[in-house]
Amino acid sequence: MSSKLPASYKARQSASDLADKVTGSQAWNSIFRPGSIFRKGYTDSPRNRSYVIMNSVLYHLHPVKVKRHAVRVSYTLCLGGLSFFLFILLTVTGIFLMFFYRPDAASAWDDISTLETSVTFGLLVRNMHRWAAHLMVLTVFLHMARVFYHGAYKPPREFNWVIGVVLLTLTLLLSFTGYLLPWDQLALWAVTVGTNMMGYTPVFGDQVRFVLLGGVEIGTDTLLRWYVLHVLLLPFVIVIFMAIHFWRVRKDGGISGPM
Amino acid sequence: MVDIPEHLLERARQARARLTGVSPDAAPAGSGAGAAESDSVPAASAAVAASPVAAASAASSAGDKIPAHLLDRTTPASATATATATALATPPALAPPAELAPTGPGGHTQRLLTVVKSGSIQDVKTLPSDKVHVWPHLLIVEFVAALFVTALLLVFSIFVNAPLLELANFNETTNPSKAPWYFLGLQELLTMFHPMVAGVTIPGIGIFLLILAPYMDRNSDHRPEKRKFAISLMTIHLLFWATLVMIGSFFRGPGFNFVFPWEAGLFFDF
Repeated sequence: MSSKLPASYKARQSASDLADKVTGSQAWNSIFRPGSIFRKGYTDSPRNRSYVIMNSVLYHLHPVKVKRHAVRVSYTLCLGGLSFFLFILLTVTGIFLMFFYRPDAASAWDDISTLETSVTFGLLVRNMHRWAAHLMVLTVFLHMARVFYHGAYKPPREFNWVIGVVLLTLTLLLSFTGYLLPWDQLALWAVTVGTNMMGYTPVFGDQVRFVLLGGVEIGTDTLLRWYVLHVLLLPFVIVIFMAIHFWRVRKDGGISGPM
Repeated sequence: MVDIPEHLLERARQARARLTGVSPDAAPAGSGAGAAESDSVPAASAAVAASPVAAASAASSAGDKIPAHLLDRTTPASATATATATALATPPALAPPAELAPTGPGGHTQRLLTVVKSGSIQDVKTLPSDKVHVWPHLLIVEFVAALFVTALLLVFSIFVNAPLLELANFNETTNPSKAPWYFLGLQELLTMFHPMVAGVTIPGIGIFLLILAPYMDRNSDHRPEKRKFAISLMTIHLLFWATLVMIGSFFRGPGFNFVFPWEAGLFFDF
């Protein structure tokens, strides 16, 4: 009897048997929480719509439901979410760049040059990193303007606005520390102008400048210092502040409005 | 005892009649004892509450569901307590007869003590609001937005290269030397003020005011037409920086002197 069945049927049968075996395995069930749509499949229903969020890591970011006006693109313009997305994009492209870059005055520029000419997709990824960085400054800034014009900083969201200003400052610092790393004429003199301004901080201006530059002049020590700031310290700090920022958005009752 | 509205009594009488299969008129008060015993546990415990004497017979009917030793343990305490409370709370004339338990008005085993309107004991904190599921309504919007920006960046990065000038050279100052574009407003201020004012004081005050904004703005209204002052102030502030950045980026040439980009060309690297 079974030998008369078409081969395609048997193949399909064994494929679905295999799928059942995989989804029924302990390993699979240890990965996906009870109620996850990857365990029990997804058919569109209010309950499953809730489960998508509840039983995935997205529950860290989003509640199961939001106010209807909160999903209107014209209200938020997605600016906050896009800032976060750009941060992720910058992290990914930045990690790629780190494989080909040494923060040393003798090799930094050569590494970038080699990256652009000899590394597959090197130029493209560097371009994306650079433009995404500029775009992120812009989206963070516009996000702040959007929040202000909606009066969304008003109670109970005052403190989250303060966190937001800190995040804006950190974004600028991240962009600025990255500016030096190519070690070309643009980087050197832009950073010279910038750090000269910091030197005018009252009382301890010279000390601030000395710590930031790792000396009295920009040099290879500055490069190492700013590299560590750019790839480790500032991302670490900004992630912590972002976590607080997102947490407060939800604790303060989701996004503001409608007006 | 509280007066029981006549319509409630009537409704109870009818329910009782339905249960026993006797017409309401035919069911005389006080004849419901047998029915109460054959009733479920709540009725039995009500009987227990009404009279310690009836407790034993009620317990026998409930015994198939609740273990006998548990019933024995609960009966004396609850019976005495309720009996005392009933005696204190009700006038003697209306107290249930001790020998035949379930004889309330109309043969009831329960009594209506009071009617409490829901508003007085329930505090509804979350008013129903218009909400939608994050999946799919919000996640799809976010996903499309992320895709859109990725595509935009990808295409832009294919056609426009990030600048890489010559190797850094300390002996050859670029002319003009410009800070990154977001600091060009500050650099523009440097042409007008002492470096400490332009580079530290003004941006410092700017950040400080931004942080304090929610604490200074005492107006709780969100509507734009009620926040004319705040909106004007912020718009002026944003335009101030935008203008300075524009001038610093496009209208400053060699020596950071003022030029028109359409005459002298662009002196700006991103």
